[in-house]
Amino acid sequence: MSDFLRNILRLVVFILLQVYVLNKIPHLHRFITPYIYFLFILWLPFSVSRMWLLVIGFFAGLILDYFMMTPGLHAAACLLIAYVRPFIINILTPKDASEFNYREPSPKAMQWTPYAVYVFILTLLHHGYMIFLEWLDGGRFLDFLIQVVATTGISMLLIFTAELLFPRKLKFRTNTA
Amino acid sequence: MRNIFLFIRRYRTFFTFLTLQVVALWFLFSYNNFHRAKFLGIANEMTGRINTQYNKVEDYFTLKAENQRLHRFNDSLLNLMPRNFMQRDTSMKMTQDSVSYDTPGNYRRYLSRPATVVYNTINEQKNYIQINRGASQGIKDNMAVVGSDGSAVGVVVNVSANFSQVMSLLHVQNSVSASLKKTGEFGTAEWDGKDPRYITLKRIPKTEEVKKGDTVLTSPVSFNFPPGYMVGTVSDIKLDNTTGMYLLKIKTAANFYNLQQVHVIENIEYEEQRKLNAETKKKIEQVKKTPR
Repeated sequence: MSDFLRNILRLVVFILLQVYVLNKIPHLHRFITPYIYFLFILWLPFSVSRMWLLVIGFFAGLILDYFMMTPGLHAAACLLIAYVRPFIINILTPKDASEFNYREPSPKAMQWTPYAVYVFILTLLHHGYMIFLEWLDGGRFLDFLIQVVATTGISMLLIFTAELLFPRKLKFRTNTA
Repeated sequence: MRNIFLFIRRYRTFFTFLTLQVVALWFLFSYNNFHRAKFLGIANEMTGRINTQYNKVEDYFTLKAENQRLHRFNDSLLNLMPRNFMQRDTSMKMTQDSVSYDTPGNYRRYLSRPATVVYNTINEQKNYIQINRGASQGIKDNMAVVGSDGSAVGVVVNVSANFSQVMSLLHVQNSVSASLKKTGEFGTAEWDGKDPRYITLKRIPKTEEVKKGDTVLTSPVSFNFPPGYMVGTVSDIKLDNTTGMYLLKIKTAANFYNLQQVHVIENIEYEEQRKLNAETKKKIEQVKKTPR
């Protein structure tokens, strides 16, 4: 399967999962909203240019937004992580895109610790910015902080569960391919 | 000049980021203020179609609760039938004014249309319900939405050709005029964004006598809701000492967890009422400016 097709499929699955499962189930607490759809952006191949990352991130967020009736909210947050993503990868694993043995960020490609840090920073940024925008409408500052921490926690849990349960079959890149 | 172009070229990713960010924020804030989403028409049709497909499956899970609600509502209507009422005095014959709609002097003020909920959340701070009727079926903004058991659900805020978005009672910007059944005193029902089973009724003065379990109905002064639809029952009474008003915790009559069939109720005189209201305000402003 080509990278393009694989990622389109992934986007559809993540959006449907987010809209029809995670946003529908009664949450443990009103502060704890499980989010996983943005994993789509974290899993985009290394080779995607920074410009395309921005465009893809924006529209991925916007699609979710129109389902949730919050036009712009998730788009803004996704755009932020799409912009920051190349910098984080650069800091954690200072390699050129072509030097990676695998196509996409994964525990295999980056080692567990750098990958965990990568996921954590982007999750925190995504939730922090999104909840900040929601909080601007009114609310206590303490609530905002608790919500960011709780939501980031549950999302990290979901992401690592997904990572362990569904190991992506990534081909080891060789010179011939 | 050349330097400016070089500068923009050099940081073009950053500028794209900024531009898209501004677009996203513009979408967000213009929507929050007016509930008019950009490109909503197209997007609503798309999400509506997908939601309808999903809803075909989901409906089966709430079928039982929906049937019970419907049965109860039918039962309450059955009790209103004229044949339930008898006269003891045979010398006097009471005739039921059965045709209220063609009796001179009566006119229709509210009109109801059925609709099905295709998407509904309860987890957000701002919950919207998407229903499968839109402008082509005569749905307009500000129409009231009640559940299949006659319980208040929300108000239409946005319509596209075949679907509409309803602002649920569980929306932090929502405020519905509601009154106590016993005394008729009215206040506003709002939601604090916390528990989807409870809303808050504000502005009931403490001179009123309120008990737990009292019924709260939609008020006769509401523009959208017809009077007498159930909002909920009082489950907790608190007194706000600063204002001298009650803060009543209301258990909602509508079960937002399994909404399925709803009625969209149009106030036929809504436009006239709203216009009069706006014109009155304008007139008063003018009077203020030119002192008598």
